[in-house]
Parts: sequence; C-alpha cells; structure tokens
Amino acid sequence: MSEQIYFEDVSEGMELPVEVRNPTPRQLVQYAGASGDFYEIHYDRNFAQSTGLKDIIIHGALKNAMLGAYVTGWAGPAGELRRLTVQYRGMDYPDEPITAKGHVSRVYQEGQSNLVDCTVWLENPEGQQTTPGTATVHLPSRSD
Amino acid sequence: MSTNSFTLTDEMREQSIGVESEPVSMAIEQGHVARFAEAIGDDNPAYTVGTPETGGIIAPPTFLRAMRGIRPELPFDAPFTRLLDGGSDWEYFGHVRPGDTITAVGRVEDIRERTGSIGQMLIATIKITYRNQHDAVVATQTSTSIRY
Repeated sequence: MSEQIYFEDVSEGMELPVEVRNPTPRQLVQYAGASGDFYEIHYDRNFAQSTGLKDIIIHGALKNAMLGAYVTGWAGPAGELRRLTVQYRGMDYPDEPITAKGHVSRVYQEGQSNLVDCTVWLENPEGQQTTPGTATVHLPSRSD
Repeated sequence: MSTNSFTLTDEMREQSIGVESEPVSMAIEQGHVARFAEAIGDDNPAYTVGTPETGGIIAPPTFLRAMRGIRPELPFDAPFTRLLDGGSDWEYFGHVRPGDTITAVGRVEDIRERTGSIGQMLIATIKITYRNQHDAVVATQTSTSIRY
C-alpha cells in the first residue's frame, strides 16, 4: 500500500517522483485483450510496417492509463482523481523505457474539495514529451 | 497522405453537432477489472481486492475504454480511411464497481476541417457520457478523433 500524501504537504511547483516503465509487446497484447482494442498496429509488426510505422506502437489509451496510474499512485489510497486529460503527440514503442514525470501546477479549495492540479507527461528515451496531460486530484487533509 | 478534396460546409457541420450514438451497455465484471489493471501495469489493490478508502473494488480510471462501438455516425460521407486518436479529457463523478451496468452515449460536440502535415483532416470532438444503473453520471470522456 502506498503512503498517503496530504493536501498540506503539497505546494505549487513540487515535482512528482519520476517513474520509469518498460512496456513489452506482451503488455500490448494484454491491453488489447483487456480493452478489446485489437487494431493490428499494436501487435503485428508486419501490419504496422505496412502502414508506414517503424514498428508496433503502444496504444494511446494504454498511455492514458499509465498516466492515470501515475497520478492515482501519487495521490495515495485516499486521493481521488477528478479529471485527467491527455494528448497523443508522438508514437511510443514497446521495449523502450517510457518515463512518467510531473509537477504540481495549482493548489486550491473548491467547496468541500482540496484540489491539486498537476501537469504530467510521458517521455520517450530521447526526452521528447510524447504524451502530455493534466490531472486534478482531491487530497485528504491532515485535519480530516 | 490523402489527395481528396473535401469541404466541410456549414450545413454539414450544423447537421453533425449534437448527433448521438446508440446507447451501449456493459456489465462490469470483477475478473475483467482485475485483468485490465494487470494489463495497464497498475498493482493498486483498489482494483483487485478493494481498500477501506474505496469501500470495495473499483475500476481503474480509464477502464471505461473497454466499452467499444460508441461512435456517433456522421450524417455525410467523408473520403477518409484512416483514424487517429488525438487524446481524451476525462471527468470523474463517481466510482465504477463490479456489479454495475454502465451505459454510454457518444455525442458530436464539434467538427472541423484542417490541413496539416498528414494532409487534409477532419477533426471531431466526441463527448461520451457514462451512466450507471441508477442513472448517475459516473464519468464523461471528451475525445478528439482525427480522420485523414
């Protein structure tokens, strides 16, 4: 179980811990099965190359899920994800490390909610942000 | 690269905005939720055994992507064969749990035409609203799809 981060612990500019993931072709097949997205560019190299890609590519929706896992992991068991946006700007390939990074962009209260906006993204081995996004989470207060 | 010449008229745009898909329903199964969590590489126990904070098992935030075929049909023919997913904006209002039945409807929010590096593109903004069996909206997903 991950540790809980509290609203009082967070300030604008604070960085989220960097996480590196190593998606494999096997994971893309798992994701195809679990999501029902069987488009061949994600597991059939010949097919992918016939469409002009250099190799099979990671599902955009899997990258969206990775950013979701990154943010909810950081927000801890009592954190609640309220919003998650993601843009697919570049292709990512399996068998290459993909790095999740982020920082806190805004800390505010709205109604009963302690909200934190984060800027998050996935980076390829060349350091390009292939998958930028934003997230809003509610964090518990130490005085709850 | 497409060499089509296609014009999105104001009339076509007006006819498209507001078009909805047929509703699609899916019963949420515990095993499916666990397999999805495993596939995305998320070992959060909320998705397999539940936690005190979540009050039982919940589905990961993008699990609803597993609902397929939620596509409003455009009321005109466009000469594009390829489709790119540009991204998504998810808003969450409640948890999705095993035992729920979720019904999704997609709606065309906007459609526009642009020419970029891959040639002419038709860019549609589709908002999917996901409701549970109590008719409560649990999430919305606004996504950008690019045809070219």
